[in-house]
Amino acid sequence: MNSGIDLEMSFTQGVQNLGLSQELAHLLWIPLPMLLVLVSAVIGVLVTVWLERKISAAAQQRIGPEYAGALGILQPMADGLKLLVKEDIIPARADSVLFTVGPILVLVPVILSWLIVPFGQNLLISNVGIGIFLWIALSSIQPIGLLMSGYSSNNKYSLLGGLRAAAQSISYEIPLALAVLAIVMMSNSLSTVDIVEQQNTAGFLSWNIWRQPVGFIIFWICALAECERLPFDLPEAEEELVAGYQTEYAGMKFALFYLAGYINLVLSALLVSVLYLGGWGFPISIDWFSSLIGLSIDNPLVQIIAASIGIVMTILKAYLLVFLAILLRWTTPRVRIDQLLDLGWKFLLPISLVNLLVTASLKLAFPMTFGG
Amino acid sequence: MNIAYSTELICFLILSSVIVSGSLAVVLLENIVYSAFILGGVFMAVAGLYLLLNASFVAAAQILVYVGAVNVLILFAIMLVNNKEKLKPIEGLKTRKLISGGVCGGLLILLLRVSITTKWNLPGPSSIGEEATERIGEHLFTDYLLPFELASILLLMAMIGAIVLARRDVLISIDDINDLKNQKSLSDKKIPLLSEKSLK
Repeated sequence: MNSGIDLEMSFTQGVQNLGLSQELAHLLWIPLPMLLVLVSAVIGVLVTVWLERKISAAAQQRIGPEYAGALGILQPMADGLKLLVKEDIIPARADSVLFTVGPILVLVPVILSWLIVPFGQNLLISNVGIGIFLWIALSSIQPIGLLMSGYSSNNKYSLLGGLRAAAQSISYEIPLALAVLAIVMMSNSLSTVDIVEQQNTAGFLSWNIWRQPVGFIIFWICALAECERLPFDLPEAEEELVAGYQTEYAGMKFALFYLAGYINLVLSALLVSVLYLGGWGFPISIDWFSSLIGLSIDNPLVQIIAASIGIVMTILKAYLLVFLAILLRWTTPRVRIDQLLDLGWKFLLPISLVNLLVTASLKLAFPMTFGG
Repeated sequence: MNIAYSTELICFLILSSVIVSGSLAVVLLENIVYSAFILGGVFMAVAGLYLLLNASFVAAAQILVYVGAVNVLILFAIMLVNNKEKLKPIEGLKTRKLISGGVCGGLLILLLRVSITTKWNLPGPSSIGEEATERIGEHLFTDYLLPFELASILLLMAMIGAIVLARRDVLISIDDINDLKNQKSLSDKKIPLLSEKSLK
């Protein structure tokens, strides 16, 4: 789809008309989509925090926040503001350099991973060829940040929490990657855009969830474990470890962990919708819709409608999954550390290997339906 | 000199200075935990160099394998055994340091000489970019199949070895474990790793 609206082209041309060189115009363009995605990620976190508070209240038959804005919608802002103005404490015997770098190393890879989340055909920061592999690689940096903050706090609970977090995220990364590999095998591409397009050939019937039901469940469990959500929030199990690796943190550094956790949750939900639920795909094809109202697909109006439908669909699917995650958090008990590792290594890993093998053989047997 | 070229040059300079100073810090720092964390930084800078060479798949694999697996494993090992006991002073540490410094310096001079005297083919082969993933897969399953399989057998052997070593319950009777206060006396007692029972 090369025709239609090209925001980058019109922006660079507009800037060039002001008398700047083409390269400079391009340089000015580059940060814009990044800023937009960063802002939307943060807004996504605010919405998720509000949802978490409201849904947990509903699950426990409370009312939840209600005074800050209508229905307490400004409560997450108030939380953020409170964390922003709190004193930044570094414990006296802590290692101040590592203590500061730790939370940053946890947050940055998560934000970088938004690079590959598509909200529409051309609505992503960069359609990199290695797409989903980049996300897996980036999320493997996080354990280092967790270990760093756990170690530098000079607190045994923090160290234990950090070690647990790193062990957990390493063990669940393997089944996660194997589940993604099965998808990649079916769509013959690592790029998220190709993965979504391959799912939108026949409405919602061609979504990957029908062809990869086991992979979907594996991926969802592993994504929850990677985000350290209940039932897998062992690294910060309150009654055992106080708060795990974040015990000694306060103020903005604590907020960085908090942000990273929620951004990671929204990102995981978005990626589940991209990998298994058809991403921006709408059950009704846009081509059919445009021919119905008698406009060409390149018509600006049709394009804007199509793009908005794509964004709304992606966010809707993602937030349904976030809702599921929140509901799971407030209804399931926490697993023990040995159960967690057993589940990861003795159950999910063999199942995901079998899933990969079955996908490969089905691909050979039915190349039409499983992407030849 | 256009913007793209100068950006590349600046990135290259920053990355290589990070790699050089980082690796020196890994070797020279007294605190072993710092060394391990800086090693992760060096690995990431190397991945950055791969990115500059348009090898994005190799860069991601570098981060996944070296930062995500190797470095985390090193950190785990350090943090699990990080007791604050002072190491015994080794005799003749100064001469040892001088000798190893001399060997490293000699290696550096040798490599510098090689890199200066070699006639580099400039400009080098053009990168294939996004296609690289397919090419790597093709090579791994055709002409590099044997090394690939050998490497996987090596990894399997290492894994089985690790499991055998870690399963102490099979190897030593429970009385022995209760008897031993810590791991150190375990090695002092010279208990054989594989008991008669486990070999049957």
